[in-house]
This record gives sequence, C-alpha cells and structure tokens, in this order.
Amino acid sequence: MERNNQLHRQVALMRQSLFDQGYLDEQFVQLEELQDDTNPNFVEEVVTLYYRDSARLVASIEQALDNRPLDFNRLDSYMHQFKGSSSSIGGRKVKAECSQFREYCRTGNGEGCIRTFQQVKREYATLRKKLEAYFQLARQAGPRDTASRST
Amino acid sequence: MASPSMRWIDDGCNVDGGNPGLTREKLFVLVVADDALVRKVHEKLVSKLKVAKQVQTQTAANRKEALDLHLSGSSFDIILMDMQMPIMDGPEATKELRAMGVESMIVGVTSVDATADKEAIVEAGLDECLAKPLTAEKIKYLVETLERNK
Repeated sequence: MERNNQLHRQVALMRQSLFDQGYLDEQFVQLEELQDDTNPNFVEEVVTLYYRDSARLVASIEQALDNRPLDFNRLDSYMHQFKGSSSSIGGRKVKAECSQFREYCRTGNGEGCIRTFQQVKREYATLRKKLEAYFQLARQAGPRDTASRST
Repeated sequence: MASPSMRWIDDGCNVDGGNPGLTREKLFVLVVADDALVRKVHEKLVSKLKVAKQVQTQTAANRKEALDLHLSGSSFDIILMDMQMPIMDGPEATKELRAMGVESMIVGVTSVDATADKEAIVEAGLDECLAKPLTAEKIKYLVETLERNK
C-alpha cells in the first residue's frame, strides 16, 4: 500500500515536472480530462498516434531537406502538420521549434531550416523519452481511487 | 473506414437542470479528418459533452467516406471538417456535400492563421470555422447556435 502511494507520488511529481520544465502545456491537460473509465488509456493512445505521425513526418522532412533546390512550400506543409500534431498533445517545446522552422521556410533560409530541424528532432526525442518514462511509471502505479490534477 | 460510436449521456433524466443544451434529445456529429489522432481526440471531445441526452459520433477518414456516409442515408447535425488535410480537401468535400443537398451545420476546423479567410469559408459552404485546438466551449457554442437556428 505504502509502495503504491509512493509510486503515485512519483507519477504526480514526474507529471508536474513535464509542465514546469516546459515540455507540456495545457493541451495535455485537456487530453487527460477526456480520459475516463470507458477509455482509461486514452492519453497514451493519443500520444502513440503522435509518435506514428511524427515518425512519418520526420522521414518526409529529412527526404525533402536532401533535395536541391529546397522546396520551402513542401517543407512548410510537412512542418505545419508536425506542429499541429505536437500541439494536439501539448508538446510545447516541439511546437516552438516547429514554428521557428516555418519562419525559416517563409524567408527561404535553407541553412536555418536545416539547423532548426536538428532542434526539432532533439526536442521531439526528449519529449518522447520523457513521456515514455511517465506512462511506464503510471502503468506500474496502476489506477488510483482519487485523481488529483494540477499544472 | 467510417466508424460509429454512441454514448448515452444519461437515461433520459435532465442531468443539469439549468443547462439549455440538454433540451436537445439527440446530437449526431460526424468528424472528418485524415489524421487518426485528430479523429480520436475530436470524437472523444464531442462524445463526452453533456449537450444532449444522446450524443452519437461517427468518423470519416477522407472525402469519399464522408460522401458515402451521406449517400447511404446517414445525416448529421454537425460535421466537423478538418481543413488541414493534405490528402483530403476539406473545402472541396464541403462543396460536394452541399451540392448533394446536405444541410447540416458544417464547421471547418483549422489553424488559427487560417480562420481569417472569411470569404473562402463562405465560398466553401461552411457555416463556421473554428481554430484548433477544439475545446468543450467551442463545441457547446456550435450546439447553442444549432438550437437558436432550429
């Protein structure tokens, strides 16, 4: 019982740190509020779809960045989708890097795009790692009788 | 593949006595988006809202599925049409639905910077355009508009 309480505390702390460190924003809370007994893994399912979307988009952007000359419209379109997906799960830092990339597309700055894309990938990898750790711990802790949420 | 889901909000009792939305018996909503993540989130958002005694949602992944649903006799009170679909053309799908005689409220769901194009919205046959992310308040506003225009 005590071990379980401790796990739940750890989950809560881990969750809070994701917000405090700016990895997640309010949209993640919106997803949590949609989760219920009929769909107890809703948030993790949505985040899994996000990983799938992201893998596809990162591959597409990488391929597009290999082409010369750079097609900024195509790059912007892909990044627009990636930004939208990241926004849907509350991925705050990833979203910010996506916006920067799109700004470079707008100004036709190829070097800026290439440089910023590395940032996008780094932030995405970090977010994914943290979320995977969070959900793994949450699964270990199991459901709790009362949920307390705060951002 | 189009998929239905139905959630009974209550057993017919008025859960929230002061909520005008619950005078509505049924609400049928179609979520059209080619991204599975968007479909999942929007469908869940709508199905959890207490805006009618019975809320039924269905999803379509592309223009063809949306049209096929209507051709097979389905009708909806609200169609949430994702306008940011590279494969499926939201405005085109809307025009085709209107050409078929669909009179549902069709709501374009798009990014913030695209909502300002009012002319394009009207030309496409949309009733409203909302910026992502969709929220409970935005959906409730649509239902209130639907009630007012009844």
